[in-house]
Amino acid sequence: MRVTAADKRLLNDFQRDFPLEPRPFVRIAETLGVAEDEVLTRFADLRDRGMVSRVGAVIQPNTIGTSTLAAMAVPPERLDEVATVVNAEAAVNHNYEREHEINLWFVVTAADAIGLQEVLKRIERRTGLPVLDLPLEEAFHIDLGFQLT
Amino acid sequence: MSTNAATYVPDDADRRLIKATQVGLPLCRQPYHALAEALGLEPPDVQARLRRMLANGVIRRIGAVPNHYALGFRANGMSVWDVPDDAVADVGSRIGALDFVSHGYCRPRHPPEWPYNLYAMVHGRDRGEVEKKIETIARLLGPRDRGHKVLYSTHILKKTGLRLVD
Repeated sequence: MRVTAADKRLLNDFQRDFPLEPRPFVRIAETLGVAEDEVLTRFADLRDRGMVSRVGAVIQPNTIGTSTLAAMAVPPERLDEVATVVNAEAAVNHNYEREHEINLWFVVTAADAIGLQEVLKRIERRTGLPVLDLPLEEAFHIDLGFQLT
Repeated sequence: MSTNAATYVPDDADRRLIKATQVGLPLCRQPYHALAEALGLEPPDVQARLRRMLANGVIRRIGAVPNHYALGFRANGMSVWDVPDDAVADVGSRIGALDFVSHGYCRPRHPPEWPYNLYAMVHGRDRGEVEKKIETIARLLGPRDRGHKVLYSTHILKKTGLRLVD
C-alpha cells in the first residue's frame, strides 16, 4: 500500500484541530503549500483506500448516550452465526474477534442505560450465550493521535 | 469554559449535528455550509456548536481518523491487567501517558473467568513490536501486575463510527 509524503502529512498533522472556518481545506492547503482541491482530492483518496476511516469528529464515550464494552465466549463453530446476530444490532459499532476463550468483543452504544441493557439481553436471548458487560469506569489515555513514521 | 462533558447536555441540534458528521465531514469546499443546509441550521451556528462541544469535551477531536490496520499496523493487541484496585488510578494514568497506548481504561472485573480491571490498547506492525511494548508496561507495573493477557484481534467483524440510536 503506497502512502506518499503528502498523504503522511495529511494523516499525521490533521488528526485534531481541524479548522472551524467556512473554507477549512483552504487553511490546510496553505499549510501544505498546495491547492484547496488537491487537499480535497487527497483526503477523498485516503478515505476511499481505507487509510482514514473518516475526516470528522471523535466523540467522547458516555457524553451523548451511554456505551459499554461487551464480550462473549463463543464456541468457534458458532462464531459466524453469533457475529451475525451481534452485527445486526444498530447499537453495535465495533466488533472484533480476539484470540482468547472470550473471543467476541464489541462496543454497544445506546441512548440510555435501559436501552443498553435491552440490547445485551436481546443478544443473550437470541444466541443463548451470556454477555459480559464491561462498562468504562475511568479513561486514562491522553489521545495524542496516531503518528505514522 | 466552565461546563464539561459530565455536565453539558447536548441539545437536539447538537445530536443531529453529531449524527450527520459521524460518517465524516462532507469532503467539499464548504463542509459546514453543506451540513447547515442538510440540517436546517445557519453555517456559523454549525461551527459554533462544534467548537462548544470540543471545548466541553463532548467531542474529543475533529480531524482525520486513521485506520491503523490499513496503514500497516496489522497487530492490534488489547492488553488486560489485573492490578490492585487501590493502584489502578495511579498506574492507569502512567500507562495512559505512554505514547504507544492509544486507549487505556479501567473496567469492572468478572471473576473468576475475567479477573482483569485495566485495559491498554497497543498497536504494532507485527506481534513482536506489540510484545516489546507490553514488556514496557509490565516493567512499569512491577509487582502490581498480578497477571495479564494480550488479546490479539484476528478479524474485524464490524467497524463503524459512533451510531446514535433514536
